[in-house]
Amino acid sequence: MSLLSLRGVTCRFGGITALNRLTLDLPAGAITGVIGPNGAGKTTLFNCITGAYRPTEGEIALRGESLVGLPPHRIARRGIARTFQNIRLFHSMTVWEHLMVAQQGGGLRASLAPLGLSGPLPRRRAMAALERFGLEPYRDRLAATLPYGVMRRVELARALTAEPALLLLDEPVAGMNSQEAADLAALLHGLSGSGLTILLIEHDMSFVEQLCAQVHVLDFGTLIASGTPAEVRRIPAVIDAYLGVEA
Amino acid sequence: MISSYASGLLADTGIAFIAALSVHLVLAVGQLSLGNAAFMACGAYVASVLTVEHGVPVHAAIAAGAVVSGLLGVLVGFPALRLRGIYLAMATLGFGEMTRSFFLTLDATGGAAGYSGMQRLSLGAIWAWALPLLVLVLLAERSRLWLAMNAVRDDETAARLVGLDAVALKLGAFGVAAALAGVAGGLFAHWHIFIEPSAFALERSTEMVLAVVLGGSTVALGPLFGAAALVLAPEALRFIADWRLAAFGGLLIAILLVRPQGIIDRRLIQALKP
Repeated sequence: MSLLSLRGVTCRFGGITALNRLTLDLPAGAITGVIGPNGAGKTTLFNCITGAYRPTEGEIALRGESLVGLPPHRIARRGIARTFQNIRLFHSMTVWEHLMVAQQGGGLRASLAPLGLSGPLPRRRAMAALERFGLEPYRDRLAATLPYGVMRRVELARALTAEPALLLLDEPVAGMNSQEAADLAALLHGLSGSGLTILLIEHDMSFVEQLCAQVHVLDFGTLIASGTPAEVRRIPAVIDAYLGVEA
Repeated sequence: MISSYASGLLADTGIAFIAALSVHLVLAVGQLSLGNAAFMACGAYVASVLTVEHGVPVHAAIAAGAVVSGLLGVLVGFPALRLRGIYLAMATLGFGEMTRSFFLTLDATGGAAGYSGMQRLSLGAIWAWALPLLVLVLLAERSRLWLAMNAVRDDETAARLVGLDAVALKLGAFGVAAALAGVAGGLFAHWHIFIEPSAFALERSTEMVLAVVLGGSTVALGPLFGAAALVLAPEALRFIADWRLAAFGGLLIAILLVRPQGIIDRRLIQALKP
């Protein structure tokens, strides 16, 4: 069963075609990778899915319902969360506040209830996220004052407290050391096991191979290959466009 | 019993505080308005015409003025959604001047000669508006809604992508802010029992912004301190006679150099907590 499906998605900016008739399906509960050289359209793909850009042509549907033309906050509320290549946090807010603000639902009345009284559920979720990401020591720190690795964790925790069905990760291990990357891999593996569907952009091929059942390769906005990591590694077009030949 | 001089200062503080709250709300979603005196003018004129010409009870008239101002705020908020930073400041400044000129030309409310005939409110009545509004905003500041507003201020793109409706939050903040300025205007009109367009000129708008910047823009206590400082400091400096306004300006610069984030901020409140 596919959770997200793209049919002939094209995104043009003036004369530049950033995405060219892209068609793919994301199986529910799986981790799928998107690879390709810089400028291949990977981040544009994320921006089209999340509503930051409106595709010039084509159809994007979550569980069969079209997302094209919806504003970003509506798409987010339907269950799509993302992280950014260059981390984007709310710099004047504490870690705890990041985890509270990302939780939707309950309507205006719930969101007006003073924080201390906003019902047990949002607090419990935020608490669980603090624990899961080892963020308790940073609970009341302002985002702007956090170390880089912690910022990445806060961004991921914020994305997950909204309880999305689909998580989009834009280069999640950029700037991480190998231990941090291994921890993240284990975490993502667990999340996928509990039913979360993940689509990730990553340059670190060993990370992709370790996690992704399927990989899509983009080059100049066009899908040039799809398959398991082992399969795409052997496709000559992929080697030419992206992986290169080992000397 | 307090002297009429002291009660005058306290009343002006209360009115300036409510006006400053309106700027505080708009700043909470990252917008800067230099035209909030226009909403104050709207509240003042609507409330005054209602009490003088139609015999409406004064507090109901002030509330009606706030509603009209709030609706005007949402209307102005739509074009303002497309602007930010210095461009929004310029656009709202233009709107403020436009509104002042409108009342200057409007004969029905006396034009440049001003409008009078209102019944004077008591000092208590002014703080009967100011204190509940302070409590309301302090409570709102502890809500997820306020966090959502601050998220929009810090990073609008990221805020939208966690499901926050940035457009509704900005429009809502603009509308509620305009309604608050309208309350301040209605109280101003029924305290000074005389209003004229020049009372709602650019100086008034900048005073509102200054109160927030000076007092601190993270919690509602900031605008309260800022408003009190703006009303009381020039009086406290009366002993140096002609130089007092120059000294007041110097004092403002000195405070902002020492505490660019304003007098009251989160760190200060955390430090004062037992």
